[in-house]
Amino acid sequence: MAESVQVGGGVGRDEKPKSDEPTRRDFLYLATAAVGAFGVASVAWPLIDQMNPAADVLALSTIEVDLSQIEVGQRVTVSWRGNPVFIDHRTPEQIEEARAVDVAELRDPQTDAERVIEPEWLVVVGICTHLGCVPLGQRPSDDRGAFGGWFCPCHGSHYDTSGRARRGPAPLNLAVPDYEFLEPTLIRIG
Amino acid sequence: MSSPIFKSPVVRWIDHRLPIFSFMDHELNEYPTPKNLSYWWNFGSLAGMVLVIMIITGIVLAMHYTAHVDHAFESVERIMRDVNYGWLIRYIHMNGASMFFIVVYIHTFRGLYYGSYKAPRELLWILGVVILLLMMATAFMGYVLPWGQMSFWGATVITNLFSAIPLVGESIVTWLWGGFSVANPTLNRFYALHYLLPFVIVGVVVLHLVALHRFGSNNPLGIDTKGPQDTIPFHPYYTVKDMFGMAVFLIVFAGFVFFAPNYLGHPDNYIPANPLVTPAHIVPEWYFLPFYAILRAIPDKLGGVLAMFGAIFVLFLLPWLDRSPVRSSRFRPIYKWFFWVLVADCVLLTWAGAKPPEGIYVVLARLGTAYYFAHFLLLLPLLSIFETPRPRPTSISQPVLRGGGVPAGARAKPMEKA
Ligand code: HEM
Ligand code: FES
Repeated sequence: MAESVQVGGGVGRDEKPKSDEPTRRDFLYLATAAVGAFGVASVAWPLIDQMNPAADVLALSTIEVDLSQIEVGQRVTVSWRGNPVFIDHRTPEQIEEARAVDVAELRDPQTDAERVIEPEWLVVVGICTHLGCVPLGQRPSDDRGAFGGWFCPCHGSHYDTSGRARRGPAPLNLAVPDYEFLEPTLIRIG
Repeated sequence: MSSPIFKSPVVRWIDHRLPIFSFMDHELNEYPTPKNLSYWWNFGSLAGMVLVIMIITGIVLAMHYTAHVDHAFESVERIMRDVNYGWLIRYIHMNGASMFFIVVYIHTFRGLYYGSYKAPRELLWILGVVILLLMMATAFMGYVLPWGQMSFWGATVITNLFSAIPLVGESIVTWLWGGFSVANPTLNRFYALHYLLPFVIVGVVVLHLVALHRFGSNNPLGIDTKGPQDTIPFHPYYTVKDMFGMAVFLIVFAGFVFFAPNYLGHPDNYIPANPLVTPAHIVPEWYFLPFYAILRAIPDKLGGVLAMFGAIFVLFLLPWLDRSPVRSSRFRPIYKWFFWVLVADCVLLTWAGAKPPEGIYVVLARLGTAYYFAHFLLLLPLLSIFETPRPRPTSISQPVLRGGGVPAGARAKPMEKA
């Protein structure tokens, strides 16, 4: 019975292939391995995905912040997804300073306008882009570094009043989170 | 042991210094296995697979579980609702425990039927019973972790068993609890032990396998292999057969996980633990029911506890209670029937254990308990004396060849079945 069944142009069941032509057995091995690999992958995925943020964690991923109590020149820190977000009610001088920078000189070139929605409100994730410390500068008594923005004490990164990396090992500007103005003094982050 | 020749020079280099490949070849590839093993011999490898599944899913659950009385129940609900695929992983672990017991009970009854506990496999058997005890402890403590009503009251009842011990009983129970009732300290230590014990089981399984490979598997005929004509290499014959068994078993397992995940559980365990209210009808998980029936069958507190533990400890003595030199029930015309009566008795005890302890159920549980012990302590020793076994074939190959006792290979090739 076996002899009569052949895969197109292949050889019969137990014959040794005379050429490099794939045999029926090669096909079976490949098909079995493919099914097996698919099975393993579909079992592995739930075991991997369970470590991703769970639904309740994702549910906490937007926050609303009322800006009306923040004075000009004042900086506040809010917590978003477990991380600090810096909100800076910038003074006209600080805005001016940020705009005056020659973008071409920056290691991560970005104009100040690209980093804000309303110029007086700078909203950035307060995590140093070097290795994740929280830079100083939120309190008036803090060291704000050579550019009047923030200074990371861990390895000495300096940020300017637009939160851009200017000196030290940090490769990128402080990240700007997704946010929008719901009202002139109410933002939703995330 | 003949050292295999490996093609890859890297493998050869490593194997010369660390003979791991020779070991694997010897134990999993060329390993000579009786050629007549039936599907009842699939359940050992199935048990091993379930153990691995339990450890993997357990470690994943531990990543999300909080062992504190105020948070345990909620953390499990969070696994069910919020954690990605948490429901799947928890249902696999939950039903996996039941699957583990089904598989190991079948594996054990296989041993009873074919006399696998007899010389020279006594220690192999004893290690199996040790595994069974460890599994029970692990399953019991695992069931406490979700901190539902059944968790709490199951833990209370089972730990209170130890209060039956004269004089020191109460102190032992206080010590087990770390307080004056089942509470947070109890939950924490159960969690620590529930994490530990499966790895102890892995260790004992390794010993179990070392003992197994000393003399190899028993077989449906219960006679020793007499040489290469009675064996086939483990790979590919039994690797394929084991894998086929696994595929079939996984279908059943998946059936429970996806279509009846709570069928084997108890709905009361989805009510958070309340130390002030006991559920009206508390029952353990199904795999503990026969033992629970034995516990309640004895009207005396200490007696009940002793009988319950005795039901397992009698298995340790089995190799010396059954003195018949014949292993397989195929050649034991009387024992064979009593084996099936014992199976029926265990089913009866399981059923009685699920019923309330009153009226006819108590009577049946008492009869079942009496019979259980009589089987091991009376019938087996007596049968060893009075039963006349049927003649056994001289070798495994003989019945296959139907050839009057001449060893296979000496005359002809074994008949091909297909
Ligand atoms: C975690 C639980 C267990 C695992 C992973 C396990 C694993 C195995 C494996 C892989 C085999 C060889 C294949 C086979 O013969 O089925 C085996 C054989 C055996 N096991 Fe277990 N086992 C477990 C529990 C037990 C228990 C609870 C008992 C008895 C009380 C037991 C008694 C035996 C005996 C007597 C043999 C030799 C059987 C024979 O060759 O006839 N095992 N075990
Ligand atoms: S982490 Fe901020 S400078 Fe290194």
